[in-house]
Amino acid sequence: MMQRLDYLKETPSQTAGPYVHIGLVPNALGIPGIYPEDLGRAPVTDAAKGQRISITGRVIDGAGMVLRDALFETWQADAAGIYPVNDPRGPADPGVTGWARVAADFDTGIWRIDTVKPGRVPYPDGRLMAPHIAVWLVARGVNLGLQTRIYFDDEADANAACPVLGRIEHRERVATLLARHQGNGQYQIDFRLQGEGETVFFDM
Amino acid sequence: MTTTDQGPLYFRDRDWHPAAYTPGYKTSMTRAPFRPLVSLGSTLSEETGPAFGQAMIGELDNNLIMNFTGQPAIGERIILHGRVLDENGRGVPGVLVEIWQANAGGRYRHKKDGYLAPLDPNFGGCGRTLTDASGGYEFLTVRPGAYPWPNRVNDWRPMHIHLSVFGSGFGQRLITQNYFEGDPLIARCPIVQTIGQQKAIDVLVAPLDMNRAIPMDCLAYKFDIVLRGRRQSYFENRKEGL
Repeated sequence: MMQRLDYLKETPSQTAGPYVHIGLVPNALGIPGIYPEDLGRAPVTDAAKGQRISITGRVIDGAGMVLRDALFETWQADAAGIYPVNDPRGPADPGVTGWARVAADFDTGIWRIDTVKPGRVPYPDGRLMAPHIAVWLVARGVNLGLQTRIYFDDEADANAACPVLGRIEHRERVATLLARHQGNGQYQIDFRLQGEGETVFFDM
Repeated sequence: MTTTDQGPLYFRDRDWHPAAYTPGYKTSMTRAPFRPLVSLGSTLSEETGPAFGQAMIGELDNNLIMNFTGQPAIGERIILHGRVLDENGRGVPGVLVEIWQANAGGRYRHKKDGYLAPLDPNFGGCGRTLTDASGGYEFLTVRPGAYPWPNRVNDWRPMHIHLSVFGSGFGQRLITQNYFEGDPLIARCPIVQTIGQQKAIDVLVAPLDMNRAIPMDCLAYKFDIVLRGRRQSYFENRKEGL
């Protein structure tokens, strides 16, 4: 009998369900008094260096309905392209925590992130990825958290050279990852879970 | 920082996890992507991730029986404990574990839950902790009740606690649910059955742990959690300076 590989298996995912807010953003839900504040309210402090931006959007299902129970988290580098934790290239801007937890508005489904535009981060082979914010999205009906990225439509040169965007075979789908600049550092992007204009989701 | 905090992540076994489109769980039918995922190896964006400090954790944060009003919640008192490991079998220290659950009657403290079972005035339903040096965590709580949900006409969720776990990289982020040994609703639940393999379902069922129970006080259940592992990067073709 041959030897056995002794790796463990990753714990299987299950949906976060409709009441995910109890655990992850209880204060926003209206359950004050357990935690002083919800975690991940902003990925940067006022002291963060770089270009201030805000991004708004919605999460939309395959029937065109806006999800009001979606929740996602974001992870990004500072304006120089350094991650705040465990980045082997050195310390990041202390004004950047890099992580945010974003819940859609309970009534409108609109979400908003206030941050700084991240710098470019190297791909494993050393080429630079275009500025992006990593997204991990959960909701009722989503069995395993969805990985996507927010890129910026005013970074055309960097986007054209990005090794990750370059892996998207159907080129017209790249546009689903681009937040559209509305002027004054305001960007807009929707996550479409299914169907027409479906957002690119990653397995990485 | 240890060497296990860096290096590429092992690929996810997506035949082991639930599929996205699982018609028995009706809500998944309009929330599952139809296009294939774009697959590639992890990058720094997935291999790094947020860190949390002990300073943020309050004394009662992992005690759901007492953390809402300071008066004890009603229900079957249990310890839920276990270890957070990676696929290499190593404990993952210092990572945030958050849980949420219904009360002993199956009622959530959430404005969208209209189930007729009453709220417990002394039960909020959320807790959090950081794993210790060997990856261990523990919560004191009440065992949640089963509750009905609008899927098929008579669907009931088994007793369960939702768990949200961070690793050292954003690509390890995981939310799951634990179930309790012996619950006959487990095999009947369309959300459990989104997982295609019985072996994978079995690892979500927490066994009764009498060794950890406290006589005349509470029972205990053990639930280990495994996160994606990391490759040693010695043979990775990375350029200098990364």
